[in-house]
Amino acid sequence: MDQNKTAKRALAQESVEMLRKNIRNYAMYIALAVIFIVFQVLSKVMLGKGLFLTARNITNLINQTGYIAVMAVGMTLVLIICQIDLSVGFGAGFLGACAARLMTMQVPIPLVILLVLALGVLIGLVQGTIIGKIGVPAFVTTLAGEFIFRGLLTLVTEASGTIPITNDAFNALSNGFVPELFTIGKYHGLTLLVGIVAIALIFVMEIRKRRDMMRYSFETISAPLFAFKLAFFAALIGALTVVLAGYKGISWTIIIVVVIVSIYNFILRNTRTGRYIYGMGGNMEAASLSGVNVKRTLIGVFASMGCMTALGGILYASRINSATPTAGMGFELDAIASCYIAGVSTTGGIGSVVNSVVGAFVIMSLTNGLNLIGIGISYQYLIKGIIFICAVALDVRGRGKKAIG
Amino acid sequence: MSDIILEMRNISKSFPGVKALDGVNFTVKTGEIHCLVGENGAGKSTLMKILSGIHRYGSYEGDIIVGGEVMRFHSIRESESAGISIINQELALIPELSVAENIFFGHEIMKGRLIDWNETMRQAEGYLKQVRLNVPPSTPMRELRVGSQQLVEIAKSLSKHARLMILDEPTSSLNEEDSANLLNLLRELKQQGVTIIMISHRLKEVVQIADTVTVLRDGMSVCSLDAAGAPVTESEIIRYMVGRDMANIYPVRAEKNIGDVLFSVKNWSAYDPKLRREVLHDVNLEVRRGEIVGLAGLMGAGRTELALSIFGNTPGYRITGGELVMDGESVRFDSPREAIDHGIGYATEDRKKNGLILIQDIRFNTTFANLKALMKGRVISENEEVVQANRLKDSINIKAPSVQQTVLNLSGGNQQKVVLAKWIFARPKLMILDEPTRGIDVGAKYEIYSLMNEMVSQGMSIIMISSELLEVIGMSDRIYVMCEGRITGEVSGAQATEQNIMHLATDTEVV
Repeated sequence: MDQNKTAKRALAQESVEMLRKNIRNYAMYIALAVIFIVFQVLSKVMLGKGLFLTARNITNLINQTGYIAVMAVGMTLVLIICQIDLSVGFGAGFLGACAARLMTMQVPIPLVILLVLALGVLIGLVQGTIIGKIGVPAFVTTLAGEFIFRGLLTLVTEASGTIPITNDAFNALSNGFVPELFTIGKYHGLTLLVGIVAIALIFVMEIRKRRDMMRYSFETISAPLFAFKLAFFAALIGALTVVLAGYKGISWTIIIVVVIVSIYNFILRNTRTGRYIYGMGGNMEAASLSGVNVKRTLIGVFASMGCMTALGGILYASRINSATPTAGMGFELDAIASCYIAGVSTTGGIGSVVNSVVGAFVIMSLTNGLNLIGIGISYQYLIKGIIFICAVALDVRGRGKKAIG
Repeated sequence: MSDIILEMRNISKSFPGVKALDGVNFTVKTGEIHCLVGENGAGKSTLMKILSGIHRYGSYEGDIIVGGEVMRFHSIRESESAGISIINQELALIPELSVAENIFFGHEIMKGRLIDWNETMRQAEGYLKQVRLNVPPSTPMRELRVGSQQLVEIAKSLSKHARLMILDEPTSSLNEEDSANLLNLLRELKQQGVTIIMISHRLKEVVQIADTVTVLRDGMSVCSLDAAGAPVTESEIIRYMVGRDMANIYPVRAEKNIGDVLFSVKNWSAYDPKLRREVLHDVNLEVRRGEIVGLAGLMGAGRTELALSIFGNTPGYRITGGELVMDGESVRFDSPREAIDHGIGYATEDRKKNGLILIQDIRFNTTFANLKALMKGRVISENEEVVQANRLKDSINIKAPSVQQTVLNLSGGNQQKVVLAKWIFARPKLMILDEPTRGIDVGAKYEIYSLMNEMVSQGMSIIMISSELLEVIGMSDRIYVMCEGRITGEVSGAQATEQNIMHLATDTEVV
């Protein structure tokens, strides 16, 4: 009996400790949950029914966030190395318009996508070279880029104004869903399958990681807590899968975002390149004297940003089935805000792409929710700005305390 | 009563998790030079921050009594108006402003609502004369050397009519000549009635200048030694500081095993396009396997420039002549990476500025220069990394709860050990250590010296750049001395005396 009690107490202690240590990471998810609940309640009160947490709206929200999410991923790296890219707004607009223009010339879709991504990389390489080799500050270089891309966007769309995109395959990138191969009751079969595979994959990876750590006899979290963690992940993904499967299924946007985040997360956490990026952000001179080629790393990070800008441009053009002369306005601000709200350090060296994507969801759920309950665009900006500054202020304070302790 | 200017009674101060000061008593007599010594983390700086109001009243326990009056300082401004002025180790000067503007920064001389420039210049000139700095008051700060900047700081304190001047490690970044000048100036100020508290690691100076020496250890005052009557010796102070007798400051190497020539620099000259002058001229030196070679010289003699020009030439010098030979092969490195890959490591003189990634943990810093050793395919094995970092942490005795500890929160000595851990992990054949013991306490110094001995006993070679003559003499097998970008001499054995080296470093004849 007594033993049981001590074990319970130890478990409680461990849980509290884990929560305390990772509070910054959890804060993001908690914020997202709070936003979801607030909008669900508000929509119920103001419109008579809870419209926010419906399969339809969640699907919509995810597809809406895709282009900002991938740009936030690229931006995270840029901000970690203490740089900034202000050109991604009209950069994305311009690259999206390029895609639309190429399609009007009957270029096959895979080639269109490849060409536009390559053009994005090229743009990043050029900007990175100007910053890294010539030494013009990133703020100035990319501000100039923003002007130039705005001009180019206008040029590309000048002849026809808005360029409509009629290709279904292309438009499916941001609006389409994986095919419904079979159904289970009223549920989308393939979606459920993808969900189950995802959960299984996480289980295998987590268990393997834990086993590895035990083999090295490192301290690991206790078995019950580990089981709880797994169950929590499973429940979260399971719930999302069921919700999506009840509507039209899993969208291509989700797949694209998940693939991109996985690749970037892997690079940042497990490869030398990732280490160099964090090290360079923490102390550029020390990194250089430890053998990091800081110029090449910087140019590489901007090239990756260019690629993500291109992808963001493609997803946005696909989302609205057209390329417009104003596409991309303010995207850079949403992307940067997503990162900062997700705890990327304002002085560099710290940040996670997974968190930044959640940050993008936070920003877009605000937009989506405020739209849903009929708040005007002026108030939307006000509310977003206030929430943004508060979130970063809390983060900065939290860090300050840690640094002294 | 007036012969006691300051009394700090029973001062205690805690930071989260650490008791920095525990019932410290500290008494300073009017018009004396009072040295405050102790290992890093003993609480010297904390005590002075309390005195100057940086740690405000209410954040500590105990009383501060200045001139018989209990003081409650809430800010630096309040302590300044009581005649107390602090000069921190990191100078608080603005490089873009002139010397005069810096002297009166924050308490400008006004005429109505405007700055009275004529009066500013006139008074600045007076204060500069007082500190014996012979530059026009309109000189931009950035054109002054560190030694002169230090003097401007003192002029600034004088302009605030400081009665009690606190100097935190004033000579740590000065060469021997500038240090000597500074100490002379402090003596003069004392004659003029200024009371001085000086924190210093350089015990030799302490012994020379102090009227009273107070030793702090682990946040407690150990003793106050009256040096005015009978002279205090360095070893006496050290004994109080560490609580043990340290007969040997420099550990003896068990057996020397010096082999053939590993690395040599031949007729090496370099030109700095930014400064538009030659920084290195016809430098020749060689290092043998298992040898510690000292590189002595005054600040600005070109020692760091030599190291950087070898180690991938990051400052972008134009190498105007000469060659490097490693293992009998002529080499040239265009980046630190190439130098590292050829077996050279370089630990910088300023670990915070360009040695460590402070926001990252011990593990990250330890493995950063040699991640290749941790790769399994294209992936870093994090588990292996923790094992390796732990092994080094234990073997060189880095004091921290775990390798996940952020480097920012470590003491100076432990930070320096992390720098060494990083390079040991990179397994260089030749290690260049630039001021490896700057700003760390006696105990940690000893550990660093022992570590250097261990490194060479395993066949590594070391070039040690140091401004502390005794350290160079105590540790090196041979010593090269530099002056103004040239090697002015090589000494070893009985020739390696402070006097000889000083003459070579100033390029003067031995009398």
